[in-house]
Amino acid sequence: MFSRAYKSAITLPPLFWVATFLLTPYALLFCYSFWSVSPAQIIVRQWNLENYRELLRVSMYPAVLLRSMRIAASVTALALLLGYPLAYYLSVHAGTRKHLLYQLVVIPLWVSYLVRAYAWKTILGSDGVLNTLLQYFHITHHPLGFLLYSPFAVVLTLTHIYTPFVFLPIYASLEHIPRRLVEASQDLGAPPLETFWRVILPLSIPGVLAGATFAFVLSLGDFLAPLLLGGPSGVMISNVVVSLFGAAYNWPLGSAISFCMLLLVVALLFLTERLEKRWSFS
Amino acid sequence: MHSALPKSAVALGEQPVTRPAPLLSVRAIRKRFGQTIVLRDISLEIAEGEFLTILGESGSGKTTLLRLVAGFEQADSGEIWMGGERLDILPPYARRVNTVFQQYALFPHLSVFDNVAYGLRVQKIEKAEVASRVEQALAMVKMTAFVHSKPANISGGQQQRVALARALVNRPRLLLLDEPLSALDANLRRQMQIELKSLQRQVGIAFVFVTHDQHEAMAMSDRIALLRGGELEQVATPRELYFRPATAYVAQFVGQSNLLRCSVHNGIARCQSLQWSCDLPDGNHTLSLRPENVRLAEPGTAPDNVRFHAAVRDQAFQGATDLLQVECAGGPTLLVRVPAKGPLYGELEFEFSVRDAVPAPDSEES
Repeated sequence: MFSRAYKSAITLPPLFWVATFLLTPYALLFCYSFWSVSPAQIIVRQWNLENYRELLRVSMYPAVLLRSMRIAASVTALALLLGYPLAYYLSVHAGTRKHLLYQLVVIPLWVSYLVRAYAWKTILGSDGVLNTLLQYFHITHHPLGFLLYSPFAVVLTLTHIYTPFVFLPIYASLEHIPRRLVEASQDLGAPPLETFWRVILPLSIPGVLAGATFAFVLSLGDFLAPLLLGGPSGVMISNVVVSLFGAAYNWPLGSAISFCMLLLVVALLFLTERLEKRWSFS
Repeated sequence: MHSALPKSAVALGEQPVTRPAPLLSVRAIRKRFGQTIVLRDISLEIAEGEFLTILGESGSGKTTLLRLVAGFEQADSGEIWMGGERLDILPPYARRVNTVFQQYALFPHLSVFDNVAYGLRVQKIEKAEVASRVEQALAMVKMTAFVHSKPANISGGQQQRVALARALVNRPRLLLLDEPLSALDANLRRQMQIELKSLQRQVGIAFVFVTHDQHEAMAMSDRIALLRGGELEQVATPRELYFRPATAYVAQFVGQSNLLRCSVHNGIARCQSLQWSCDLPDGNHTLSLRPENVRLAEPGTAPDNVRFHAAVRDQAFQGATDLLQVECAGGPTLLVRVPAKGPLYGELEFEFSVRDAVPAPDSEES
């Protein structure tokens, strides 16, 4: 047993951290979302629901939120499509190359986010690598405009950035499946593909859920990729929040949007955790 | 084919002419992992409905042999045939062989029912038949009450039964069991040994049972194949193995044994201070003498018995019998099993019959 003093000594610093840097800002955010801005650009601490009404009244906000969710969902789907086979290959077939390949997947995580986003800019731009190549080989005669400054560019970049986050938990859950379960399935007459559907996939669901949650939540709140590569049609909800807190100087409305997103994400995490629990067997 | 065998084959103690063709035939199997040779030239036959145990220490290659039959490993050379069909070229899922794994390997995400139904569903068997066969199999192992449980919520012994039902429900021609009882505690293990043996008689499927526990092997098997360092030391019935061990290693591994290293000259065997007349050729021999074949000397016993005086050095009470360690003046020291009738002290006279000292040559160290 640990003494009470020891327990407080190790729990107090993190508690202090959480209280100062998480709970207080959230509480402030919550308060701000019920205040308003006077015509003289002063924040008035008068409690009202006007910000939330505005979110429902101005169709731009739900539309951008929906677009953000669509982009996040596309990123999640693509990252799963790329990450799962990769994780499966590494876990089952890579053999001695496993560790090298694992490092190759993880190393991009060490590269700055900005650098990777800019890299896509130079690839997708109208004078970029891709358009130049397409014209050089006479596949197109003009630069393709939709490549950059579009939701497409945002989805592509975010998929590139968040695929390792999907890969890692899936890989971990595949590595945790005992080899003998796969053998038992084959022993009972199931060929490899059937073994995959009946045993491997169900047992890797916790990893899939964790990875999908990472990809969805992180890309839903992303604002750099849409800022750098999204253009007007690729604006996401975080860009709206940033501009409300910045140029528009409407902190209360920005707080209301932020708070809605916070609720959305918390609900999502709650849901996936429930699902993960149902699918974990240890 | 077999009726063409000459009559003398029977007289020489070969299997009788009526013996059916073997179900499984392992032919000259070799297997190595990297630099380590795991199996050298293993040949073995298993009859329909037979309970064969592969017995050996850890590292003897017994599990590898089982995995070769199941299809989880590929032999470097040799063949495996089952019922006139070559087995070792088929993938594991195409072999009519099922395995009960050491840690049971039940699917954690499936209920007991779904685990047992797994093989049948893979074979696309009709739903109603699946249900009735699963129920039958679960009834056979007395697990009907746990149909809806998840493997994590039942005990090790119960998981064991489910694993058995999951394999048997497919009506394999051969069931492989990889140390299935080793994770159970001693009492449960003895109970399961009896149940497993009677279950095997009931279903009539050939069992290949892998264990390192000689008592388990002796209690359950029709025949035992004793593996040592990747080689078959002896394949025989438990009784043959016990009373006629082919080598000194067998004698020591199966039950306890005194190994008498003696030299024979002109029909007289000498082992340190003991000597007796025998019909072995001249030279050095190792004889195996079971502790229970040595007894306290009684007056008027057979003249060819070897009698000797020895001092009791240790006495271990083992229930119905006592195991003594006795030392002859001038050697050797022997294990002697006598009926438990109370403490024994000092120097006593013992005897054994020359017939019970059976040759058990030392095999080459591998």
